[in-house]
Amino acid sequence: MSCCDKKGAKDTCCETKHEPTGVMDASESRREFIWDAVKNFTFGALTLTAIPIFIEKADAEEVHTDKDGKEKTGHTVLFGYLVDTTKCIGCGGCMLACKKENDVPDGEFRTWVERYVYYKDGSVRVDVNLKGSFAFTELPPIDKETVEKSFFVPKLCNHCTDTPCIQVCPVGASFKTKEGVVLVDYEQCIGCAYCVQACPFGTRFINTKTQTADKCTWCYHRIQHGEKPACVDVCPTGTRTFGDINDPESEISKTLAENRIDVLKSYLGTRPKTRYIGLTAEVV
Amino acid sequence: MMPHAAEFIFPNDMNGVAWTVMIVLYPYITGLVAGAFVVAALYHVFNFKVFAPVARFALAASFSFAAFATLPLLLHLHQPQRAFFIMFMPNFTSAMAGFGFIYSFYLTLLAVEILLVFRSDIVAMANEKGVKSLLYKALSLGVLRETAKSKEIDQKWIHVLSIVGIPGACVLHGYVGFIFGGIKANPWWSTALMPVIFLSSAIVSGVAMLILLYVIISKMRRVSVDDECLRVMMKLLWLFLILAVTLESLETLNMAYEAGEEWHMIHRLITEKLRFSFIYVQLLIGSAIPFVLLLIGWMKKIGPRTRVTLGTISSLLVLIQVLSMRFNVVIGGQMLSKSFRGFVDYIPEWHGREGIFVAIGVFTLPFILLTAVSQILPVWKVDAHDH
Repeated sequence: MSCCDKKGAKDTCCETKHEPTGVMDASESRREFIWDAVKNFTFGALTLTAIPIFIEKADAEEVHTDKDGKEKTGHTVLFGYLVDTTKCIGCGGCMLACKKENDVPDGEFRTWVERYVYYKDGSVRVDVNLKGSFAFTELPPIDKETVEKSFFVPKLCNHCTDTPCIQVCPVGASFKTKEGVVLVDYEQCIGCAYCVQACPFGTRFINTKTQTADKCTWCYHRIQHGEKPACVDVCPTGTRTFGDINDPESEISKTLAENRIDVLKSYLGTRPKTRYIGLTAEVV
Repeated sequence: MMPHAAEFIFPNDMNGVAWTVMIVLYPYITGLVAGAFVVAALYHVFNFKVFAPVARFALAASFSFAAFATLPLLLHLHQPQRAFFIMFMPNFTSAMAGFGFIYSFYLTLLAVEILLVFRSDIVAMANEKGVKSLLYKALSLGVLRETAKSKEIDQKWIHVLSIVGIPGACVLHGYVGFIFGGIKANPWWSTALMPVIFLSSAIVSGVAMLILLYVIISKMRRVSVDDECLRVMMKLLWLFLILAVTLESLETLNMAYEAGEEWHMIHRLITEKLRFSFIYVQLLIGSAIPFVLLLIGWMKKIGPRTRVTLGTISSLLVLIQVLSMRFNVVIGGQMLSKSFRGFVDYIPEWHGREGIFVAIGVFTLPFILLTAVSQILPVWKVDAHDH
């Protein structure tokens, strides 16, 4: 047994008693190799961490063009959505447009319209338009003698700033674009439905066609080209407004500035970017 | 579909719950793994030699349950072929992302502990002649010689693994609870107590399963049950049952006392929707009755035969309690529509990938594996230095 084989003897024997030969011995070259590996790995890791930071910075300064092709520089686009419940007539055109535009299976909803009916006896009834196209007419008519007030509330993904759905996605398939749009990567989603559980607004579902999580994208394929989401385009009363909330000149920014704005379930701290005019405490 | 009803649920809730009976089964099977953690910790770390008759079997049983803990999840995933994404591209802000790592760690720990505990037997059988020895040669991982020194090292490592197993089990079971407890959108789930509730109920179900298997298998092997071992296990079960039920009740009582906005619906959930599974099964049949039976059962005055009967009945009831608790949490939580104005109906399907028949099939697999392990390894052998 050589001295090197003894436990704990390495430091005292091999290193100190070896004559300098000019040729690197095995343990020395191994040590050097490991040290080099550590240095290179650290350098690589730092570089790889730094690159995305620079890319992100470059993105933020990107030049965006609006629908008319005008350049808008100096700010990052941040999309927002505003629902003015005082304007909604419950026609459900938005639901039909969404289904057609996004190929949403029947019985699954990226957007829907709720009707709140307040009775004079203090009770509140909520029902929902599931078919679009004035489907509320299929529901029992409202008796003017007993009903105090009634209004419609369109619902869709809130594209929250602090998203519980992105937080819980185990594989990072749910993500937020630089414009603040919350999306699902259908190629990466494992279909665990944890995001469906985590969304406080019931806007996520498992799409029976794709077998992945699905939700409103604010028609990302349209808004990238300066178009509006299908539901906004089709709304006959201007209930739904969409635009860049970082641009003070946009229609949505002006309406946000001029009105009292609320969001759904604000107590959960998700900071939705879908905002509302005319909510009451009963709307959840 | 209920658009005309006074109750209102969000439209996407009308398709039923997203997490089905498989997600009830997943924490249930995972919880059953805890039996070994308790026994191994008490036997190897805290020197409770009274558990010697079940020490080896507990490890084998836990390993058998752990081996199939992920199968219900795989059956639940809508894209099961992407299951390993959870380990290859984990998003660590998700409570679920750690699962692959924590579970793999714990399963490996159990497997290594089993190989070390059974090493002497494996080595002995590997050195025998015949085809069967090939299996043991594989299990021996090439170590075909044992010395007094190597045995000493093995014992040291068993001790170390049992120690590591304690925080390991706490993380594993606590983590399962956190998957639910961390969901602020659901008031029936969102409580910091959830991980502790899952840990304690895992221990309860693990020990109950151990008692039940010990009694039944002893009967099948025509050997008598070690009375003192059974008595202490029942005492332990009684203690953890009290802890688990206290925590479970505290969660609900706290919500009732604070009577916040959500209580109106949770009260209805408990008293209407979950009346049978929560009040009758979880609280009365599964908690109150075993509490009394176990209390009588662990008293020294009781004869061994009565103790076996009481132990069997109470363990079975406790196992039902934990299963109903898993159901009440997982399914109950989803019955609560996030509109907080109505309930989602849960209609279990019998057939299909996530059906009850498949669930029953999945639940039998650990028992089949356990039978196989019992054929291969001497799970009922008692370590020489303890008897």
